Amino acid sequence: MAKPIELEVNGKRYAVHYAPDTPLLYVLRDELGLTGSKYGCGEGQCGSCTVLIGGAPRRSCQIPVSAAAAKPIITIEGLEKDGRLHPVQQAFLDAGAFQCAFCTSGMIMSSVGLLQGNPNPSQPEIVQFLQGNICRCGTHPRIVDAVRQAAKMMQEHGR
Amino acid sequence: MSDITGKFVPEPERFEFSAAAMHHFELARRDFFKLLGAGIAVFAVAKDAMAMQETAPGSRSFHGEELPKEISAWLHIGEDGSVTGFTGKAEIGQNIRTALAQTIADELRVPFESVRMVTADTALTPFDAGTFGSRSTPTMTPQFRSVGAAARDLLIGVAAKEWGVASEGLIAMNAKVTDPDSGRSLRYAELARGKTLAQSLPAEDPITPATQWTVAGKPIPKVDGRTFVTGRHQYTPDLRPEGMLYGKVLRPPSFGATLNSYDDGAAKARAGVVVVRDRDFVGAAAPSEREAQNALEAIRAQWKESPQISNKDLFAYLKRNASAKSEDRFRKEKGSVEEGLAAAAHRLDATYTVAYIAHAPLEPRAAVAQWTDGKLTVWTGTQRPFAVRDELAGLFHVPESSVRVIVPDTGSAYGGKHTSDAAIEATRLARAAGRPVKVVWSREEEFTWAYFRPAGVMEVKSGIAADGTLTAWEFHNYHSGTSGIETPYVVANQRTEYHQVPLILRSGSYRGLAATANHFARETHMDALARAASMDPLEFRMKNLSDPRMRAVLDAAAKSFGWPRKKMQEGQGFGLACGAEKGSYVATCAEVSVDRGSGAVRVVRLVEAFECGAIVNPDGLRNQVVGAMIQGLGGALFESIEFENGRIKNPHFASYRVPRFRDVPEIEAILVERKDIPSAGAGETPIMAVAPAIGNAIFDATGIRLNGLPLVPNGLY
Repeated sequence: MAKPIELEVNGKRYAVHYAPDTPLLYVLRDELGLTGSKYGCGEGQCGSCTVLIGGAPRRSCQIPVSAAAAKPIITIEGLEKDGRLHPVQQAFLDAGAFQCAFCTSGMIMSSVGLLQGNPNPSQPEIVQFLQGNICRCGTHPRIVDAVRQAAKMMQEHGR
Repeated sequence: MSDITGKFVPEPERFEFSAAAMHHFELARRDFFKLLGAGIAVFAVAKDAMAMQETAPGSRSFHGEELPKEISAWLHIGEDGSVTGFTGKAEIGQNIRTALAQTIADELRVPFESVRMVTADTALTPFDAGTFGSRSTPTMTPQFRSVGAAARDLLIGVAAKEWGVASEGLIAMNAKVTDPDSGRSLRYAELARGKTLAQSLPAEDPITPATQWTVAGKPIPKVDGRTFVTGRHQYTPDLRPEGMLYGKVLRPPSFGATLNSYDDGAAKARAGVVVVRDRDFVGAAAPSEREAQNALEAIRAQWKESPQISNKDLFAYLKRNASAKSEDRFRKEKGSVEEGLAAAAHRLDATYTVAYIAHAPLEPRAAVAQWTDGKLTVWTGTQRPFAVRDELAGLFHVPESSVRVIVPDTGSAYGGKHTSDAAIEATRLARAAGRPVKVVWSREEEFTWAYFRPAGVMEVKSGIAADGTLTAWEFHNYHSGTSGIETPYVVANQRTEYHQVPLILRSGSYRGLAATANHFARETHMDALARAASMDPLEFRMKNLSDPRMRAVLDAAAKSFGWPRKKMQEGQGFGLACGAEKGSYVATCAEVSVDRGSGAVRVVRLVEAFECGAIVNPDGLRNQVVGAMIQGLGGALFESIEFENGRIKNPHFASYRVPRFRDVPEIEAILVERKDIPSAGAGETPIMAVAPAIGNAIFDATGIRLNGLPLVPNGLY
């Protein structure tokens, strides 16, 4: 058997036996049971599979598992801390920024990534950053509002 | 020829897929309590075809009393005071779980938090034909109101017996029955304890009017929102029962292709792989999706293909192949169109077209199938769990009672999840594998092997008097359907006809069905007529409208939009459109900005007023209305399925453009409430007027009249 690939996901270490070119998304979902990251297109076009790799939002359907090895990966399941939602999760909840919610994990992960690099984005900056995430239910205005609200909450609480 | 005063016979479900046969409630009462625990249960019996969602066409129509009695909703109050509502409706993002729980809480006088909904599970919930047609709110709300009211009466009766007093005068409130005379009270939990009381009732008890609602009518957030923002909610593709394999299906290279030769030797030789060939169905199940895919790629299959038309020839083809004479039920006539045209001061004839478009729900069609001792359980994201159950039972030759279909809350549908495709595929593979199998369609499969909103051609002949009064209106729809085909305007002379055309691409329901196509044609034409009469488009519509609800939404939208607006810069344009369908009313105003140099069109602002009677949840409703407006933008501006020779040429999000953040304009949704009118559904109507409003705004900006959807797939030129 080939050498296992070491992953660090949500602070936990895993050794997985997968072909190195397997997209990270499949390993997260099928091997680690982290099904919060969604398959929406498998082509990097919809953003439903977005996770943070080394702090940066990435489409996990386009990242070979080998390329994600040894870098800290955060998925939607890793945001909640001690039963407390991440401000971005809380803001989405407060704004009712979802309908079917299939895009929500990806939207939240992209937004967390945005706010890490730009704690106070303008509306056009949010729109530009989320351009790669599709919401078919048409919840875009509330999502933008939620990101702005999250930015405010994070600045107030110094997170 | 039939009279127009009669209601237009609805499209016979061709694009809604046909409803299933009637079913009978089979769960014995004692089983019910065994399942849920002791307590009090009330069952609603739907008394007419509409409430049953039984909308079967033609010879299978049912009327009032002739309909077999049928259970359509039920409610259980447990010994701990917990309340559970059961409905065959599916949650597909329209927020019905929250809205129905609000309704129950309201009528039963319990806190919202104590109500739980069990939805769309063929083993647990009443038969339901499907979650479509904006029917969930108008059918389920009154039924849960009725069972709630009956349960309340039942609880009061139990308390009265307990206390040895008359029921009259006892009050049910805050999950308690109180005797105002003595001041004593008993909680519902106490009243339900040790009981197995059940009652069924016709769904016609007096219910609380909207003006007295306390829980319903409030903007209560989505009931289990936290499970979605944490990624914990499990959609069908997230399920992983023990021992599950991943299934993939070998797709033909083109529609209608049949297997000529086939060799699966290499595929079958792969370890852990199950390969199935059953006539033209070929699939593989393996421990991972990739291994299943690799197995399919190892199969040598040759297909026999047949030449098919392309989207370039589509509209001429539709006209050429339309039935020469439309069926009587698809024709309506009043007065004499010929005389009306002869009397007209201005005449205007035009042809409009709409393209095939895809639903592209973000959760692809998916199913997990598990056979246990000859019984089948299937989890699948569908709008029609009972139809899926029946189809599986038929295809796999097992009784319906051996099939259970469960619908996890689903990643949207928009009318696109009526069929059983993924469920059938997973079931076939699971039977061969002897293990649970999950099938999740790829995005390309979604864009290719699902079904589409049908394309169509609409022809209009019309005439107006010198003062702008409509004198004649003749409207033909080829292929796309009859929803919203009848004009809401007052016209003495009119003819409306729907012409069937044999299917080209697999077609089915889409949010609003043909109402989007018919409203696009009608409302674009009305705009052109207003110009011909040198009248303001709003004034022209008002002149020809009598329906006060339509006038009210037009007024509301126009007021917020600031209609009529003065153009302040080059390329600016304003348009409006309105319509009524499925018991609700909509008016949309659009502002566009057109760059005459590049031809780029930007929708700057959309203002929409929507009225659907009494509002159950304004927060959820606003989400639906804004969502429909944004989804409508896609079909209006750029969505279009391209095809040739049985192949879809743009089966990816990179080539099939859907609205993204940058496409979204400033949006305002005005919810016009009519508490005196029963709640109608809101899933569809808010999409109808978006495209014509935008098209009319583009004309206003440029003088260019665009008569086809999508309007500007590549900009204006």
